[in-house]
Amino acid sequence: MPWETVIGLEVHVQLATRSKIFSAAATRFGAEPNSQACAIDLAMPGMLPLVNAEAVRLAVLFGLGIDAEISHRCVFDRKNYFYPDLPKGYQISQFHQPVVGKGKVEIQKADGSGKFIGITRAHLEEDAGKSLHDLFQGRSGIDLNRAGTPLLEIVSEPDLSSAVEAVAYLKTIHSLVTYLGVSDGNMAEGSMRCDVNLSLRPTGTEKLGVRTEIKNVNSFRFVEKAIQVEQQRQLDILEAGGQIEQETRLYDPERNETRPMRSKEVANDYRYFPEPDLLPVLIDRYYIEQLRDSLPELPRQKRARFVQDYQLSGYDALVLSSSRELADYFEDVVKTCGNPKLAANWVQVELLGQLHRAGLEIEDSPVSATGLGELITRILDQSISGKIAKQVFEGMWSGQGSADQIIAANGLQQVSDSGKLEAMVEQVIAQHPAQVEKYLAADPGKRKKMLGFFVGQVMKASQGQAHPQLVNEWLHRKLKAGQG
Amino acid sequence: MPAQTITALLKGMCNKEFSSVEITRGYLASIAANNPGLNAFITVTGETALAQAGAADQRRANGENTPLLGVPLAHKDIFCTRGVRTSCGSRMLGNFVPPYDATVISKLNAAGSISLGKTNMDEFAMGSSTETSFYGPTLNPWARDRVPGGSSGGSAVAVAAGLAPAATGTDTGGSIRQPAALCGLTGIKPTYGRVSRLGMVAFASSLDQAGPMARTAEDCALLLSAMAGFDPADSTSIDREVEDYRSQLNRGLSGLKVGVPTEYFNAALDDGIAGVVLEGLRQLEQMGVTLVDISLPHTDLCVSAYYVIAPAEASTNLSRYDGVRYGYRCAEPSDLHDLYSRTREEGFGAEVKRRILVGTYALSAGYYEAYYRKAQQIRRLLQQDFVRAFEQVDIIAGPTTPHLAWRFGEKSSDPIAMYLEDSYTLGVNLAGLPAISAPAGFSEQLPVGMQLIGDYFSEGRLLNVAHQFQQQTDWHQRTPVRN
Amino acid sequence: MSIEQAEIAKIAELAKIRIADREIGEVTSRIASILAMVEQMQVVDTSGLEPMAHPLDASQRLRPDVVMETDQREQFQPLAPELEDDLYLVPRVLD
Repeated sequence: MPWETVIGLEVHVQLATRSKIFSAAATRFGAEPNSQACAIDLAMPGMLPLVNAEAVRLAVLFGLGIDAEISHRCVFDRKNYFYPDLPKGYQISQFHQPVVGKGKVEIQKADGSGKFIGITRAHLEEDAGKSLHDLFQGRSGIDLNRAGTPLLEIVSEPDLSSAVEAVAYLKTIHSLVTYLGVSDGNMAEGSMRCDVNLSLRPTGTEKLGVRTEIKNVNSFRFVEKAIQVEQQRQLDILEAGGQIEQETRLYDPERNETRPMRSKEVANDYRYFPEPDLLPVLIDRYYIEQLRDSLPELPRQKRARFVQDYQLSGYDALVLSSSRELADYFEDVVKTCGNPKLAANWVQVELLGQLHRAGLEIEDSPVSATGLGELITRILDQSISGKIAKQVFEGMWSGQGSADQIIAANGLQQVSDSGKLEAMVEQVIAQHPAQVEKYLAADPGKRKKMLGFFVGQVMKASQGQAHPQLVNEWLHRKLKAGQG
Repeated sequence: MPAQTITALLKGMCNKEFSSVEITRGYLASIAANNPGLNAFITVTGETALAQAGAADQRRANGENTPLLGVPLAHKDIFCTRGVRTSCGSRMLGNFVPPYDATVISKLNAAGSISLGKTNMDEFAMGSSTETSFYGPTLNPWARDRVPGGSSGGSAVAVAAGLAPAATGTDTGGSIRQPAALCGLTGIKPTYGRVSRLGMVAFASSLDQAGPMARTAEDCALLLSAMAGFDPADSTSIDREVEDYRSQLNRGLSGLKVGVPTEYFNAALDDGIAGVVLEGLRQLEQMGVTLVDISLPHTDLCVSAYYVIAPAEASTNLSRYDGVRYGYRCAEPSDLHDLYSRTREEGFGAEVKRRILVGTYALSAGYYEAYYRKAQQIRRLLQQDFVRAFEQVDIIAGPTTPHLAWRFGEKSSDPIAMYLEDSYTLGVNLAGLPAISAPAGFSEQLPVGMQLIGDYFSEGRLLNVAHQFQQQTDWHQRTPVRN
Repeated sequence: MSIEQAEIAKIAELAKIRIADREIGEVTSRIASILAMVEQMQVVDTSGLEPMAHPLDASQRLRPDVVMETDQREQFQPLAPELEDDLYLVPRVLD
């Protein structure tokens, strides 16, 4: 029986606030253990939560970015369970009335076509601390620095049907939250974590199969692999006539397998109820409209504009709009050189290639957008050839100066001086009498091809600096003269 | 030293009749002599009290004056006090010394008061008799075989027996008013949000309010003015200016409409109490108020709604006591589950565990709608009862408790009987209203309290009515015979 | 609605409170009596009534996003029953 995979993702995005969602402790990554856990984070007796306005603002901003309904009244609830990294014994979250309601995002499929993925809701909640299991004999150590860090949990509809789509969806969310400044999107520091809900059903049927939840997958690559192995595991069971057990599983990257979680064996009953220490948060229309007006251009809008205004291909537009920084860089290059096609090529091939090899982000590029734009300008005004430009780019990358400085210092300027070119052409003709003879004897239709030999010789003689088009013209003229 | 009001103490210090150090020594001596028999205090902070008193005298000599300068107070052991153990009447916090003060404490300190120590209470404020304290019961000075009420029983007894001139309390379902009634004191539970809850160990977050317990309404006015106020660190605190409650004490009562709810004079009410309270109402009538019969038709549902909502909130408020970051931890836990379940088995007493279990049940899957949500809807009905009543009358008056102080053990084997003792006080907490209990007389030589309930933020009016009543009566001046 | 011992055991597990075998009977009967008392709520018609989570009809104030807390380990960590390398210790947790 053919099966199809149904995937829904719960993405936890860490919000880019300075302080925690319910306390004034810092959210800085990498601080000494428990140095950023204040009395509220430690759940000391008598401590009360205070809602961070910025966390609410960022959540609303995200909601606007996915065309979602924004709740005018949202309520915090307590989600009750015991775990050492959860100091209060409950997590303050939103259950019945989340801040962001239904919305959607468009992902790009491999064939370039788009697909809309529904977002069920997004709600604010606090992160838990961190348990360290390997430091002490028979003991776990608890670091509560992360406890209370604001998270936005984004719940998708089960609209995804493959690992590839899931990754495309995650990348879309990642680019959206970083565009909006909702999150720094730093995957390595856990700014984006993901729970995968996955089930299979006979292709073409409507009813969802029994699903498993894979908790806390924290990179795009692991999401892809976890989905692939879980999909296969379920398929093997179903094909063998077995049944899937609804459970929470963990992905083990070392063994590339999923396995059931041990600690949450007892079915949890979270006993959600409205957090009595907090009142409902009211979000008025005026506030929402103000935020809507402040929205930056979103990735999908930028993509459309790049295609429209710069005549870029859909693929180029997708790559160049994938982050706000890259898009800004590209547009600055265009602004300087005035040629979007060439700019798109140079940014994608040379620049991104070098950055990738060096493991750098666009923000860290040693070549500025204006610098690259100036280099492209020199190609356009025919001061240098594309080939020489690559050499100049290398120089710029390694800090030898601006394009013009490197061109001047190394004498890379294209030779377009008529006297010099004439002399070079005459010299080449004089040095290759046999080829000249052949050329002149040849059928005019074949001459064009044969001319390439002489062009190559002149370029070689000029160390690549001769202006190719002018060389062509001079050769035509001189060889014609020889014939005459 | 005779029972003194803080008003009298302030006057005496002002007139240099005595110093704060002298007063404080006097109360400490009284505590040393009487506390062993009464068990009103869990912790006495004599040394720091004397140091604070010395500093207060110095400040007064320097011409400084703050509203409570040099006045010794006792604090319920539910308020976190920096550097002083805050047990909340529980074994769970028996070793807990907070590095911070509750807002109530810092405000009273800023007003110049001195802390004599921390008073006994029902464990985590769950009880109506102070019998559930891990530190043993507190005795009622009017009859030592009887309970002082609770949960602020230690504070009530400290003041009633002259171990402190006034004290702080908290009231989640009557825990200020009921012990005040049973010990012959005046105590006010303010409007929800009027006094900061920061640093007050939480029992039921949407019901808890702190307030003063003192000999007179005037003292309560003075103390409440210092305790109340907006606290940006409490999300449920109300940003509204605090009135000068003392300046309103002398308003006349003529023309005031006082509602008398028939449901508060039901079959459960002790005849003796009924007689005393009706006499008190007649006294008010003579002072110019108009009595109006009113109905609070859903009163008989208060106990049920309360005993779902309060345990539900408590069950999760008390989840933080897990033996990880502070407080009691069981010996040699074998694994995490053992750590949790044995720490909480050993650290909590029977009544606290019972309420946690009831609350957990009420919130659990399949029961949430029938219990918790239902109770919240009934809470709405109860609030509407009061809203309608206040369309007709200015304040509501009736008994504070259905019974006189009972004997130890009489009700502790039957939780329901104990819960019903709060029938007249719970509605106020559910609705979030202010209410005061003031001495109205005696029955069987035991004090009887009259409760006055006001509309939101009408603390000034309630204190005014109680004060005027105390100008015409002397019940509040009676003190228990030393024995 | 009567409650069984097994149900109390489940609730106690959720609340992380151990109940000794010899006590479960008494605990169950007391909780059953409380639940029987609150059963009176069920006869009240509350349809259409907005549940009241809070006594005040107010909305949440929001706090500006400013870091105001500094490292306070010296104050809080001495309170911990078991601590090493600034970490709170518990019996080893399985994932």
